[in-house]
Amino acid sequence: MEASERRVISVIVVNEASVLSRITDLFSGRGYNITSLTVAPIPDSKYSRLTIVTSGSIRVIEQITKQLHKLIPVLRVYEHADLVEKEMALVKFPITENITDISTLCEAYNGKIVNVGDNVIIVMVADEPKRVENFLQVIKRYNPKEIVRSGAVALER
Amino acid sequence: MQINGAQMVIEALIAEGVDTVFGYPGGAIMNVYDEIYKQNNFKHILTRHEQAAVHAAEGYSKASGKVGVAMITSGPGFTNAVTGLADAYMDSIPLVVISGQVPMSLIGTDAFQEIDAVGISRSCTKHNYLVTNAADLPRVLKEAFYIASSGRPGPVHVDIPKDVTAQIAEFDYSIELDLETYKPHIKGNPRQIKKAMEAIAKSRRPLFYLGGGIINSNAADEVRELVHKTGIPAVETFMARGTLSHDDDLLISMLGMHGSYAANMAMSETDLVIALGARFDDRVTGKLSEFAKNAGVIHVDIDPASISKLINADYPIVGDVKNVVKEMLELSSQVKPEKYASWRDTISKFDELHPLAYHEDTDRIKPQWVIERVGQLLGDDANISTDVGQHQMWTAQFYPFSRPRQFISSGGLGTMGFGFPAAMGVKSACPEKISVNFTGDGSILMNCQELMTAVEQKLPVINIILNNNFLGMVRQWQTLFYDKRHSETDLSVQPDFVKLSEAFGGIGYRVNTKEEFDAALKDAVEKNIVAFIDVVVERMENVMPMVPSGGSLFNMMLLEKKEK
Repeated sequence: MEASERRVISVIVVNEASVLSRITDLFSGRGYNITSLTVAPIPDSKYSRLTIVTSGSIRVIEQITKQLHKLIPVLRVYEHADLVEKEMALVKFPITENITDISTLCEAYNGKIVNVGDNVIIVMVADEPKRVENFLQVIKRYNPKEIVRSGAVALER
Repeated sequence: MQINGAQMVIEALIAEGVDTVFGYPGGAIMNVYDEIYKQNNFKHILTRHEQAAVHAAEGYSKASGKVGVAMITSGPGFTNAVTGLADAYMDSIPLVVISGQVPMSLIGTDAFQEIDAVGISRSCTKHNYLVTNAADLPRVLKEAFYIASSGRPGPVHVDIPKDVTAQIAEFDYSIELDLETYKPHIKGNPRQIKKAMEAIAKSRRPLFYLGGGIINSNAADEVRELVHKTGIPAVETFMARGTLSHDDDLLISMLGMHGSYAANMAMSETDLVIALGARFDDRVTGKLSEFAKNAGVIHVDIDPASISKLINADYPIVGDVKNVVKEMLELSSQVKPEKYASWRDTISKFDELHPLAYHEDTDRIKPQWVIERVGQLLGDDANISTDVGQHQMWTAQFYPFSRPRQFISSGGLGTMGFGFPAAMGVKSACPEKISVNFTGDGSILMNCQELMTAVEQKLPVINIILNNNFLGMVRQWQTLFYDKRHSETDLSVQPDFVKLSEAFGGIGYRVNTKEEFDAALKDAVEKNIVAFIDVVVERMENVMPMVPSGGSLFNMMLLEKKEK
């Protein structure tokens, strides 16, 4: 087996019905793996940008980019090497946990408390995927009730 | 002009120069069929199954080089057609398949005969559309024909809800296409081509590996010229049969799983593979790590994703084979044909050692004999289709093809039931040629209802059934690799094929001897109506030589020498 590596691929597509399923079908149909996928329209254009985190050998990644490019609504495919990558996470804690500690931790990970209710608080962090991973490890001791991650977005430096 | 969606479909087909549409009507496509009734510009051929409509359109396209068109209804009409779409996708056949869909207001309600057609066809088409507004139809149909026929060709599916075919909108087919995201590379990189030609000039044992892309891009003339100018021997893939004529000295026959010993040995011994429009299919390469092990690779293909997918290309050239070969021809004077004389000799010796052959039998007809015999009797006068199985491989091995588009078969998907409807499509594209379909007793039953179409539309396809009362190819594998456990491949209980053909108004022959075969073929050609020639052949015959699945090309199972 060739070594499998984590890769981030950006895809610029025409904003049209079913374009997202064309992309995801290509992955599932060819047995490629999607770790995360984010998609949003590019402002003031008819295009959307997808950021796909995937993994595979060099050969597999090359096929993924080539096959993506073959899809008719795909304008461009970038396979990033040197990039700024960010991911967001929202976490819900019982209000009985140590809120000061949690708040301080959030700040270290570019985040803050975004909502306080009767029983729970919700915090957000936005950082590199690896650091978000770290944060989620660290906050385990505060008994998080729910965690949601956004998937990565990335831009070439 | 303001017309409804159904009329737009007709106008677009006329504007695209379509002369034949294969199809089957139903509720959701009825508006379009109503317009078909009113027009006289193209012919509609009513098949008896939607799968056959698409296969017929494939046969038509493969024989004519034009875009094939099929029309079907929603739900089961569409799902029946999926096999045809997948077949065309695998073999890069340009098709436009138009299906009806339930009205917009009913989409998503599990309505009668509703299915997510574009969801299903996405993975087996080059592109597809669900048209939600009649105003989009001119653009969509124009794009569909353009996308189907340009770049690496393929099937395009257009799904049109019933109310959209009734909707009135402006129709202007002179619109310019604006496909900024789809720009196929047609021209090869000149620097890469130059480097490739230098590599050829330096090589000692180069070998052309000719693929189906040559047929698709109508590049056979240029390829023949290049082969002859350089004096480099060539092997053909199954899909490329007919690129070089069977009597060409530089042709070493087909390579791959059932290729000739000489072709596979040449591929194993070459120092430079010159792949033109071929994609290194697993049925060609055998074990990848052993394939052309000590050779450099020049790979010309219009599809960038095909290059270095399986075998790393040292000289990748993305472009249309026809354009690239034309440029190669201009640089070909540096290649000296005399340099390869000893290489050609080596290959001739391979061929003398184990030529493509079979053992004659005095009691029973050998299937290979039937194919050779048809070749002797009809040769270039016939276009040859096949179904899928042993008969298909024997046809590729033993028929004397002399031109591109003479051989029409299901390569990539391997669809049993392809041959007969495809042969009808071939006949409608080339009425002046005799249309012969080699089939097996397994395959023919998969679309035999098309007897009715062939009789009604006067498409006199001659179906030659190589009848061994077996699902032959599976039986062969069971014999060789499953210790002769012939699980569910014995087809001893069979219909009377003569009566079957006659029941539909065709003609049938049961053939037990060579004399009977000659007489039956002669009679079928003269009578010029659809025929079944049911030839009783040796039951246990195997397709030889053979590279066992996943094995190396140079390790072939060969035809056993006959004891004297």
